[in-house]
Amino acid sequence: MDRAATADRIAALIAPFNKKGVEITEASTFAGDLEFDSLTVMDFVAAIEDEFDIIISMNQQAEIETYGQLVDAVVKLRG
Amino acid sequence: MSDLFSKFDPLIQQREALLSTGVTDPFGLVMERVISPTVAMCNGRETILLGTYNYMGMTFDPDVIAAGKQALDDFGSGTTGSRVLNGTYAGHRAVEEALKEFYGMGHAMVFSTGYQANLGIISTIAGKGDYIVLDIDSHASIWDGCKMGDAEVVPFRHNDIEAMEKRLKRIPEGAGKLVVLEGVYSMMGDIAPLRAMIRVAKDNGAMVLVDEAHSMGFIGPNGRGVAEDQGVLDEVDFVIGTFSKSVGTVGGFCVSNHPKFEIMRLVCRPYVFTASLPPSVVATAATSIRKLMHAGDKRAHLWENSRTLHGGLKALGFQLGTDEPQSAIISVLMPDLERGAAMWEALLMEGLYVNLARPPATPAGMTLLRCSLCAEHTAEQVETIIGRFERAGKIAGIL
Repeated sequence: MDRAATADRIAALIAPFNKKGVEITEASTFAGDLEFDSLTVMDFVAAIEDEFDIIISMNQQAEIETYGQLVDAVVKLRG
Repeated sequence: MSDLFSKFDPLIQQREALLSTGVTDPFGLVMERVISPTVAMCNGRETILLGTYNYMGMTFDPDVIAAGKQALDDFGSGTTGSRVLNGTYAGHRAVEEALKEFYGMGHAMVFSTGYQANLGIISTIAGKGDYIVLDIDSHASIWDGCKMGDAEVVPFRHNDIEAMEKRLKRIPEGAGKLVVLEGVYSMMGDIAPLRAMIRVAKDNGAMVLVDEAHSMGFIGPNGRGVAEDQGVLDEVDFVIGTFSKSVGTVGGFCVSNHPKFEIMRLVCRPYVFTASLPPSVVATAATSIRKLMHAGDKRAHLWENSRTLHGGLKALGFQLGTDEPQSAIISVLMPDLERGAAMWEALLMEGLYVNLARPPATPAGMTLLRCSLCAEHTAEQVETIIGRFERAGKIAGIL
C-alpha cells in the first residue's frame, strides 16, 4: 500500500475522534489542533493499531506529533 | 531567563480558583493526634478515618508496637546504609523470611517503599528491545518504572483481555515480554480478571508481574491477594507489594519463584542506591506480616464492612465506582472537582475523613471521594459513616 492510500485510511479513522471537525493537514497536531487528551490518544492509537495490525509503543508515540508524522510512522511500521 | 515553573501555571491557577471559594485545602490536612487505626484529631475535631489504606488496622497492634520498640533499643534508629553494604540487619532478613512464608514463594526482596519496588523491578527486568504490556489505569509507580527503563511500552484499555491479547500477538518474534497488572485498582476499587489475563499472557510467552498492594492481608484465603483468590498465584512470576497498607508501616517488596531472582539485589538500582529501612520498621513489618497469616476473622469483618458501606451509600443514591463491592475500597463519583471538594469539606466538618482524588491520578478525568475501610471499623462506626455521608451529601448538593 502506498503512502496516499495509508493516509486515506488514517483520515477515515480520525473522523470519529475529530469532534470539532478540524480540517486535517500534514501539519495538524493531535495535542494542539485536534485537542486529543490522553484517553482519546489511547483509543485512537488502538484504532490505528487494529486497522493496520501494528504496535505503536508509547516510546514511538512520543515522536509523533502531527498527522504527517503518523502517516510516515504507519508506512514504516508496515514495512 | 525563562521561569522553569511556568509549566505549573495552569495547576496553580486551578488551585487558587478552588481555594478562593473558601473551601478547606483538601491536600493540606494535618492529623494532630492519632487515637487508633480508625480515629484521629483533625482541626481539633474527633474524626473517623475512612481514607488510610490501613485495611487490617495493624498500626496500633500491641505486638507490632512492642517489636518496633525492642528493635529501636537493640539496633538503633536507622541503618545509614544500602542493603548491599552496611544496611542489611538481622531484621531485614527476618522480614524477607516472613514474606516468603506469607506468599509461599522462594525469594523475597524488600525495598524502602512500594513505589521503589515497582520502579526498580520493572525498569530492571524489562530492558532495551523488550516489551511491557500494561493496563492503562496502572499506578504511577508502574508508569514511572516503565519510563525509567528502556523497554517498549504498550498500554491497553483497562481490564480489556482482548485488547491485551491483540497487543501481545503483535510483538515481534523473540522479543522479551512483561505483562504488568494490578490485583485491585485503587481509584475505583475494582479487581482484575487475573485468571483469564494471566492465561492469555502465558499463552503468548510473557512473564507476569502483579501489583497486589491493595489486596494483601485481605483478599484470598490466606490474604495473598487477588491472584490467590482466583487460584493463579503460582502462575505469577513477580508479586509486588507494600508495607504501607495492610502491614501498617512503610516499605515495599517483590516476591518471586524465579530461580535467578537473587541477582536483582546487585542490578536493581532503586534497591542498591538508597538507604535500607530502619530496624524498627522492618521489625514492625515482620511481626505484622506473621499476624496477618492468621487473620481470617478480621478479613471476614472487613468484607462485612465493605458490603455494608457499599450497600448503604448505594441506597442513599450515590454513584459508586463498582456495582458490587470488590475490595476494601469504595469509590464515590463526584460531578466535578468543585462539588467534590465541597463534599469532602462537608464530610470533614461532620467528622469523617476520605481521600479526594482527581486527575491525573483518576481515570477518565473523574473526581472521586475514595473510601478505604479498615477491619477495625466497628459495625456501629460504619452506620455512623453512612449517616455522615447522607448529611454531607445534602449540604454539598450532591444528593
